[in-house]
Amino acid sequence: MEETPLETLPALPRDADGPMFREPWEAQAFALAVRLSEQGMFTWSEWAATLAAEIREAQRRGDADLGDTYYEHWLAALERLVAEKQAVASEDLAQRREDWRAAYLNTPHGQPVALSAGRE
Amino acid sequence: MSHDHDHSHGHDDHTHPPSETELRVKALESLLVEKGLVDPGALDEIVQTYEHRVGPRNGAQVVAKAWSDPGFRLRLLEDAGEATATLGFTGRQGEHITAVENTPEVHNLVVCTLCSCYPWPLLGLPPAWYKSAPYRARAVRDPRGVLREFGTELPEEVEIRVWDSTAEMRYLVVPERPAGTEDWSEDELAKLVTRNSMIGVETALTPAQLRAREES
Repeated sequence: MEETPLETLPALPRDADGPMFREPWEAQAFALAVRLSEQGMFTWSEWAATLAAEIREAQRRGDADLGDTYYEHWLAALERLVAEKQAVASEDLAQRREDWRAAYLNTPHGQPVALSAGRE
Repeated sequence: MSHDHDHSHGHDDHTHPPSETELRVKALESLLVEKGLVDPGALDEIVQTYEHRVGPRNGAQVVAKAWSDPGFRLRLLEDAGEATATLGFTGRQGEHITAVENTPEVHNLVVCTLCSCYPWPLLGLPPAWYKSAPYRARAVRDPRGVLREFGTELPEEVEIRVWDSTAEMRYLVVPERPAGTEDWSEDELAKLVTRNSMIGVETALTPAQLRAREES
């Protein structure tokens, strides 16, 4: 980023005092990181370093990083830290994701979705 | 149960799964809860707090008090964490805060070049532009240009100081008190203090700007 000539940098995204979270998952991911740090799984400095690393990687992959993808970086940092701290392994996360997906597909429309429905 | 549902049944025989990202969050949260590593009630409390209770009106009260009460202003500039705690603004990301005061000679601007460190108890969560790469890069390299994009023109002789926040230290800008507010109460003054003025990309509202805002 430091090498980019000034004039080629995009304009600043702007917003009014909008809602803090655009979608519920952003709020959930936010709360998980705050809570796990409060409980001592990682320090806030570790968190900030991991988040900064995820942001840099996303930029390398071509993310314009205008703030709208911020909670995606946040979630990636969270997944990385819980794996590093051996709280949740990435294979378990992947399996659980597929269980949830199956649970949705197995649940009739309008019914509450329970994880158990994905394991039938 | 198999997935080979018949499309002639319409959409009633399954629920459309949410996005990949939402599935990832659900997976992570359900595993952490199952392992007893996180309490769902505590998560709800955090979301509630940051959606509804903590926001830039807290910082505005702090600034208005600093404008009105010289003793508080000194305490704020000396140790902002301690001074804001006496007003009840404590909590996450609020332990290490430095207040930087704008004067006719110096204008302060806050950024977090690495991620998005920000004084949550005073300003709530940061706006999207604060977290964006263009702001993070340009605030340091071209602060005057950034200010201009926010409509803030400063005389050439004003020095701009840029403060880079970290997980260890966060900053609150105390904007200059606008002229014509000498007899205003703290509550009235607080209305002039916008979130952007406490990040340093704008100045506080003038009484005329506030009137225009309230009428629109």
